[in-house]
Amino acid sequence: MKTYEKVIEKLILLSAIVATISVALITLFIFRSGLPLLADYGVFEFIFGTNWSPTNGSYGILPLIVGTLAVTLGALVIGIPTGIACAIFLSEILSKRWAKAFKSAIELLAGIPSVVYGFFGLVVLVPAIRNYVLPIYQIFDPEASATGFSILAGAVILAIMILPTIVSISENSITAVPKEYKEASLALGANKMETIIKVLIPAAKSGILSSIILGMGRAIGETMAVLLITGNMAKVPGSIMDPVATLTGTIAMEMGYADPTHQQALFAVGIILFVIIMLLNIIAQVSMRGIGGNAS
Amino acid sequence: MKKILSIAIVTILALGTLAGCGAKESTTDGGTSEVSGTVVTAGSTSVQPLSEELAAAFMDANPEINVEVQGGGSGQGIKAITEKIADFGALSRGVKDEEKASVTEEYIIAKDGVAVIVNTESSVENLTIEQIKKIYTGEITNWSEVGGDDAKIVVVSREEGSGTRGAFTEITGVTAKNEAGEEIDSTTKEALVQGSTGAVMQTVASTPNTIGYVSLGSLGDTVKTLSVEDVAPTTETVLSGEYKISRPFIYAAGGELTEAAQLYIDFIMSAEGQMIVEESGFIPVQ
Repeated sequence: MKTYEKVIEKLILLSAIVATISVALITLFIFRSGLPLLADYGVFEFIFGTNWSPTNGSYGILPLIVGTLAVTLGALVIGIPTGIACAIFLSEILSKRWAKAFKSAIELLAGIPSVVYGFFGLVVLVPAIRNYVLPIYQIFDPEASATGFSILAGAVILAIMILPTIVSISENSITAVPKEYKEASLALGANKMETIIKVLIPAAKSGILSSIILGMGRAIGETMAVLLITGNMAKVPGSIMDPVATLTGTIAMEMGYADPTHQQALFAVGIILFVIIMLLNIIAQVSMRGIGGNAS
Repeated sequence: MKKILSIAIVTILALGTLAGCGAKESTTDGGTSEVSGTVVTAGSTSVQPLSEELAAAFMDANPEINVEVQGGGSGQGIKAITEKIADFGALSRGVKDEEKASVTEEYIIAKDGVAVIVNTESSVENLTIEQIKKIYTGEITNWSEVGGDDAKIVVVSREEGSGTRGAFTEITGVTAKNEAGEEIDSTTKEALVQGSTGAVMQTVASTPNTIGYVSLGSLGDTVKTLSVEDVAPTTETVLSGEYKISRPFIYAAGGELTEAAQLYIDFIMSAEGQMIVEESGFIPVQ
């Protein structure tokens, strides 16, 4: 029995080492491939340049950074309220039996391949935005013209894609709040709504916040869906009806045909993406500690 | 006990499958040629569907030779022959000057036209090369300037580095040398960019006032094809050179060909191979 345990222990250790080394090697590889261009071209010019035309030797990725942040922010603005409201509905309002059915339906969303979301967006969402959202937008800006390929399209699709993450983790943590909290609140005369908003959500906030961070990570990293529907126009957008290019989309789309310098530039884009995600994670963790949550 | 039994069964089944493989291989003995080996082609995704058709037909005739078709893009094709991981690099554009060093021989295996497409609602039938150039550089922004309705032109382009984009912009003059002698691609920044032929077709088909370009072999009737300089893109007009926007499909070799690779390229250039080129919607060169 002793040797058996030892073997298992070593196997687990090996798995941990493999996982860690993979991360380290990938990081090393990306940095090694991209850094020469960053050093050559200048980090400042690379990050704040507004002209991305690799075939002409201009590698300014500001439009791509703005595009990625805009689409992600849009997805969070749509996805967070919907997701949390949905989680509350499932855990507190709907009967257990129905909640189970609804929850598995929502979790099914996570199993749909992202390229399918993209194609759905291309065929349904993009024309819908052009035909129904644009006229509303034109009331405020009569000059506006749009094709539907836009930040809005990307944000809506990403919001749907991050829903399963936000809903299921938030729902779990709301359900996990001790029953006594709720009973005490109700016994003190608070009604259901007050109990949910003032007792349950604050008690479950660490779980809710982790769900948001995970959702944000998925939104930033998502490639295929966004690639098909945001129009990939490398230009700083003026409104949510404008097309944008994202960091991930540009890497995926251009890597295949890229010549060596162009490839280095795309790896450098990868480095920037890497740094942005690290920064966002650190900010999220720090701000969670600030409000007393526990980052997972 | 149960566990051991199930492991035993799985092992027996696995061995059976392997044995089956062996048997199959041995029956292919005595094929038409004695040469055996593997031929690898890698490169342009525009050439890939054609390469797969050619490889399948070639392997039917020469079961001892295995042809592997990989994608990656024209740039990857050159990289693959430089690193000796492929026998042929497939290109959907001419070999660039800086790539000449790594290419010992190039075979033009087919020609492909790039068709200019618009949304089916458009009333425009024909554009000149000059008009196309001005539309793609952003000088002309309204369809009324080229004989269409009064509507803003929505330009759809392929991604930077794409072979189709390279061929299209070079032939139409969107890519031209500047004063310093550098090749500059001046496609308008207002263009929507899509990463594949299918996505361009879908975008043009479903969005009013769009203009786009796709390889002639992948044309469908969801979009309207324009004439260029009054010549409609067809096999005849591309081969005769009357249709101006066309490009070669090239297999580039990076060194001495293996016997199997030589057989393969001979097959492609033969009447039979060129027939497959034609059946795949591209234009045979022989």
